Amino acid sequence: MKKQKLVVVGNGMAGIRTVEELLKLAPDLYEITVFGAEPHPNYNRILLSPVLAGEMTLADIVLNDLDWYKDNGITLHTGKKVVKIDRIGRKVIAEDSAGVTTEANYDRLLLATGSVPFMLPVPGNDLPGVIAYRDIADTEAMIATALTHKHAVVIGGGLLGLEAANGLKLRGMDVTVVHIGEWIMERQLDKPGADMLQASLESKGLKFLLGKQTEMLTANAAGRVCSIRFKDGAEIPADLVVMAAGIRPNTALAESAGLHCHRGIVVSDTLQTFDPRIYAVGECAAHRGIAYGLVAPLFEQAKVCANHLAQMGIGRYQGSVTSTKLKVTGVDVFSAGNFTGGEGTEDIVLHDKNGGIYKRLVIEKDRLVGAVLYGDTGDGGWYFQLLKEGRDIGAIRDHLMFGDAFTNNHVGDVGHAGNSKAAAMADEAEVCGCNGVCKGTIVKAIREQGLFTLDDVRKHTKASSSCGSCTGLVEQILASTVGGAYQAADRTTKPMCGCTALTHGEVRAEIRGQKLLSLDDVFATLAWHTPDGCATCRPALNYYLISTWPHEAKDDPQSRFINERAHANIQKDGTYSVVPRMWGGLTTPDELRRIANVAEKYHIPTVKVTGGQRIDLLGVKKEDLPAVWKDLDMPSGHAYGKSIRTVKTCVGTEHCRFGTQQSMSMGVALEKMLFGMWSPHKVKLAVSGCPRNCSEAGIKDVGVIGVDSGWELYVAGNGGIKTEVAEFLCKVTTREEVLEYSAAFLQLYREEGWYLERTVHYVQRVGLDYVKRCVVEDADNRKALHQRLLYALQGVVDPWRERLPGEGSPQLAAEFTPLPVPVETI
Amino acid sequence: MSTWHKVCRLEEIPLRGSRVVPHDEVSIAIFRTADDEVFALRDACPHKAGPLSQGIVHGHRVTCPLHGWNIELSSGEACAPDEGSTVTYPARVENGVVLLAL
Ligand code: SRM
Ligand SMILES: Cc1cc2nc3c(=O)[nH]c(=O)nc-3n(C[C@H](O)[C@H](O)[C@H](O)COP(=O)(O)OP(=O)(O)OC[C@H]3O[C@@H](n4cnc5c(N)ncnc54)[C@H](O)[C@@H]3O)c2cc1C
Ligand code: SF4
Ligand code: FES
Repeated sequence: MKKQKLVVVGNGMAGIRTVEELLKLAPDLYEITVFGAEPHPNYNRILLSPVLAGEMTLADIVLNDLDWYKDNGITLHTGKKVVKIDRIGRKVIAEDSAGVTTEANYDRLLLATGSVPFMLPVPGNDLPGVIAYRDIADTEAMIATALTHKHAVVIGGGLLGLEAANGLKLRGMDVTVVHIGEWIMERQLDKPGADMLQASLESKGLKFLLGKQTEMLTANAAGRVCSIRFKDGAEIPADLVVMAAGIRPNTALAESAGLHCHRGIVVSDTLQTFDPRIYAVGECAAHRGIAYGLVAPLFEQAKVCANHLAQMGIGRYQGSVTSTKLKVTGVDVFSAGNFTGGEGTEDIVLHDKNGGIYKRLVIEKDRLVGAVLYGDTGDGGWYFQLLKEGRDIGAIRDHLMFGDAFTNNHVGDVGHAGNSKAAAMADEAEVCGCNGVCKGTIVKAIREQGLFTLDDVRKHTKASSSCGSCTGLVEQILASTVGGAYQAADRTTKPMCGCTALTHGEVRAEIRGQKLLSLDDVFATLAWHTPDGCATCRPALNYYLISTWPHEAKDDPQSRFINERAHANIQKDGTYSVVPRMWGGLTTPDELRRIANVAEKYHIPTVKVTGGQRIDLLGVKKEDLPAVWKDLDMPSGHAYGKSIRTVKTCVGTEHCRFGTQQSMSMGVALEKMLFGMWSPHKVKLAVSGCPRNCSEAGIKDVGVIGVDSGWELYVAGNGGIKTEVAEFLCKVTTREEVLEYSAAFLQLYREEGWYLERTVHYVQRVGLDYVKRCVVEDADNRKALHQRLLYALQGVVDPWRERLPGEGSPQLAAEFTPLPVPVETI
Repeated sequence: MSTWHKVCRLEEIPLRGSRVVPHDEVSIAIFRTADDEVFALRDACPHKAGPLSQGIVHGHRVTCPLHGWNIELSSGEACAPDEGSTVTYPARVENGVVLLAL
């Protein structure tokens, strides 16, 4: 098939990100041509500030070098500005500085022309020495001027102006920031925050003139700018004037081609302009009336746009909530959302003038809607997450101001207590305890490889790729290294993995809606980009299939992690561990004898009592597994699966002098009901006979506590990476009710949870109120959920029993038997 | 010089799966991909010697069960950003029989 032609106008961050996303989805669909007015390959514009400040070099900030274009078969025209779009002839015409033209035909056209800086319309604004701050050329001009001249004036006290001023100061110039507003960064900060920021910049030697209106710029004898005069008559020397008074979407080209523009090139949720063959992304585009000036939204647009260019037609861009950070080393400012407050909003303010900390949180009806942080911005990412997700903060309102660590740490964030100030951490400080990655390594990778997302950092450094307890810290490091460009990982809107553009939620919905019954169905119907997925999506898909269509969908062992294929837990040396089930933590002398015999017979090096009230045989050779199971003659404990694990119990009224309910038999009944249940992540229960709670039901996925008048049910606790106390669901009176409610809750989680999402995260996502409505308030729904779980578990067989030596199918046996020694052929 | 050895019939290796062939100190993992090609690798991950035979096979790659490195089956090389490689052995299918050169 002949390739279609895609032409990209604008070799900047949004345009090239879209191309990158497109290449991931459909590498062979288009013949791609890119035009860039600048003479450079795509670079990271936001890092111009550290370059100006002397913290990085231009070579450091290139995102895609020329080889990248070549390797991907992209024709790149640098230094050529597109001057005309011929929509009828479907071609663009570009010109270089010498006036030589180049033409390119297109089937689809992508406009990513960015912004043009706003130059104050005052006399003298075109004198030599008057520049904007937008690209490499501007940055180079500033660096050169600093070597030869003294006085710099920056017009505009916003993010860009302050970063320019800071850089010029560090390069040795005498810098004055002129700002028309009453306080600096008024679009991001309120007055108290801005005052503190100004004081700290003044202590670095910057000067400020606020409430000043520029009248004109005057030239010296050589024709170069030499001073700036204000409307009030005042005048100061200026050898360099940097205009940072705002940007305007660069729509000139689009307008000349007759495309509808209003505050930018108007685009739909699919990033199409009024001409459906023409797309626009980035700062030049206006989506629902907004043209964004930060990179995070542009990246989201790029993703959706690429999806439509790839002809997958899934995904819509629905606008972004943005946050900003000032990239001035040593000064921490963060702001997000609506921080000016207004009707119906309340403020929580912390103002520690001497300590140099100012924080303001704006709250509207139990939701965080805005945040300004100055001095200590460590929790910016956390607040931003709360804000974007619209989480109900009613319950944590009292602690909110003290940040994530305090609010969520009083019950433990193991391994990282007190380590919440990423920016202040030393480079050698260990961030990821599992993989031994320190902060310096992460920062280096972020800078050198141009990483923006948590996923990127995981892939390149391994940090946070194992137990995940350092995720928050890594996110903070990302945020403090790349500033506003940081994209918080967000499973709700993120594709499952590189094999698809669909999110977990979308995939679950499609599997249900279209009744997909096998992996091949999913790959074909949902247009997977890879022939057979990857190690991330396959186990998830397999679970979604079998949990959505029990007894109908095909379970694929090859799409399960080895533990669930071998029905034992792989160890670091390739041997396995075996944990037989002990219902409710109860055992018998006979079982113990068998365990002892097996341990001796198979030379099992370690026998250990687990934290789950049963016994672990560690270091079993894979070939021995079936025989070990046979000799044990006990059911699988599923200690290896995303499945029901254990039901811990205490002794209860059966023996205990305080017991109010029969916790042991309740626990056994629950465990028997749930035997063989697969779930998005592992599921653990506990039953205690009285509120002394010796079985630790308060940190279980389902916790049951006996009281005199019945049973209290708790859900969504977690004792692992981050201890989370279970939440009270309801109180019931009978044993049957305990079974029914627990089953209904777990079935809801099984049907709606995303793979590798523990109950605590599922409930945090959907809200406890929702769970209560489904499970407690709606009796019919509860019964239906309960029935669906029982149906799914009908006829479940013990996986060990199916695999005993000499029994079961040869296919199952093959998993455990090595092939014979190969025979030579002629 | 290496000679071809008969290992098993193709269907004895699960689709998108592998079997282990005993060999000297470290066994050989023999993989069957979705398109019915076979590949043979030393059954030890270049990272910390994890048994690659126990990994998930996708495309012409296997993901190590221990720490998730992806290994290219044809070359034995770890996929970027990881680095390292494991030994490969020539393997092919002839008349439904898997052959391995040792
Ligand atoms: C054997 C056992 C430790 C022990 O000797 O006590 C154990 C061993 C492992 N745990 Fe655990 N956990 C064991 C009880 C626990 C408990 C305590 C409990 O269940 O009461 C917890 C905290 C409670 C909880 O889960 O909420 C626990 C929280 C974890 C976590 C963190 C889960 C989380 O969501 O935060 C992981 C990591 C994971 O699953 O992703 C984990 C993962 C693991 C794995 C399976 C890691 C792996 O994938 O290889 C360990 C296998 C070791 C091995 O080489 O075989 N283990 N693990 C315990 C088995 C209990 C059982 O009888 O089934
Ligand atoms: C100094 C500085 C610091 C910043 N800091 C941050 C920050 O901390 N966080 C953040 O989120 N954002 C920051 N930004 C903003 C961010 O860089 C922009 O939002 C982003 O680069 C916009 O991407 P874009 O592709 O839309 O435009 P650009 O990256 O500007 O790319 C547009 C490209 O198109 C070219 N072009 C225009 N017209 C034509 C034409 N007709 N033919 C050919 N080529 C054309 C331009 O020359 C340009 O190279 C900063 C910006 C600057 C200047
Ligand atoms: S058993 Fe659990 S806590 Fe212990 S090392 Fe393994 S995963 Fe970590
Ligand atoms: S041993 Fe293979 S990834 Fe670590």
